[in-house]
Amino acid sequence: MKQTRTIEIVTGFFIILGFAALYVIATSATNIKSYGEAGYAVTASFSNIGGLKERAQVTLAGVEVGRVTKITLDPKTFNAIVTLQMSGRFDQIPDDTTASILTSGLLGEQYVGLSPGGSETYLKNGSVIQYTQPALVLENLIGQFLSNSTKPSSSSGGK
Amino acid sequence: MKLLREAYYILLGFLQMLGASGLFLMKLLRATPLALARPGLIFQQVFNVGAMSLVLIMVSGLFVGMVLALQGYNTLSKFAATSALGTLVALSLLRELGPVVTALLFAGRAGTALTSEIGLMRATEQLAGMEMMAVDPIRRVVVPRFLAGVISMPLLVGIFNAVGVLGGYLVGVKLMHVDIASFWSQIHANVDLHDDFRSGVIKSVVFGIACTLIAVFEGFYAQPTAEGVSRATTRTVVNSALAVLALDYLLTAFMF
Repeated sequence: MKQTRTIEIVTGFFIILGFAALYVIATSATNIKSYGEAGYAVTASFSNIGGLKERAQVTLAGVEVGRVTKITLDPKTFNAIVTLQMSGRFDQIPDDTTASILTSGLLGEQYVGLSPGGSETYLKNGSVIQYTQPALVLENLIGQFLSNSTKPSSSSGGK
Repeated sequence: MKLLREAYYILLGFLQMLGASGLFLMKLLRATPLALARPGLIFQQVFNVGAMSLVLIMVSGLFVGMVLALQGYNTLSKFAATSALGTLVALSLLRELGPVVTALLFAGRAGTALTSEIGLMRATEQLAGMEMMAVDPIRRVVVPRFLAGVISMPLLVGIFNAVGVLGGYLVGVKLMHVDIASFWSQIHANVDLHDDFRSGVIKSVVFGIACTLIAVFEGFYAQPTAEGVSRATTRTVVNSALAVLALDYLLTAFMF
């Protein structure tokens, strides 16, 4: 009798431990937080997104306010349409906010940075962010720099 | 020509084994609703199959996590990317090593026990005795063990992963002094609940079904001699390992 009881207790302990381990892994070692709350989705179109990937962060003043969930190409304008899933806590972001694609660190991951405008109406589900800044592509920058530095000698000889 | 015939017979044998275990699985599933009426039997087997493997799984998980962190640290430090150590440990464990290593250990620890137990029941004519008493041995003996294995495997994988991440944390943060904040925040940012966690759980369920099915199948159809049982036990380990590795490739190709 005593032995069956021990077996039952150990089995119960094993089952609890197993589920607890699954729960701990799911909550503390994954990005579950970005799934938890019901948020709203907004879209923004960029002329160039650089190396932006799905699941990249969306930040405002450095605070994470959402995630990139989808990146598609507009077949008419050939702009990239980026869908941002904003978390529901941040539902008072002005609708004239500017979205720009920034890089964390010199070679780090790219993310979407929001800088708020001054409008009285707020972004809601399905809104489109009007003002966007494309990603800075290093090669283009270098190209511009080179063409700038060769031009002046022929034309005006300025800086 | 002789070689070709040999290969032909091996292929035929493989197909026969696959078909026989498929039919056996059908039999098990048909008997499952009736076996569920006696959950006590199942939980007793969860003790034998799952709880008894607990220490083995935890110790292995700890060491696998620690080794991953050590190896990862040595490689990542060459690129000054040690902040990604947490991601490396957690992703390797959740996606691959957790399910696969647990399944291999499970086949060695619990699968062999199941095979030899059922095989010995067959050899000592206990199964025949049950049939004489109009007790279906599949329903009374095989199905509770099968279900216990299928229940235990995801739980064991969860424990393995949790302990493994803990081991990675101990080596990475405590021993190698990787920044604790970047260790966890990189994990939170890069391990996806659906892509990584859920697919690992799916893998573990599939491996649980495969390993336990092979174990009870080999035991149930073992030759009723001492040698037959020992051969069946060996086959359980070999076939489980091959099945797990092959299924792992297929599942990885489908899911990621």
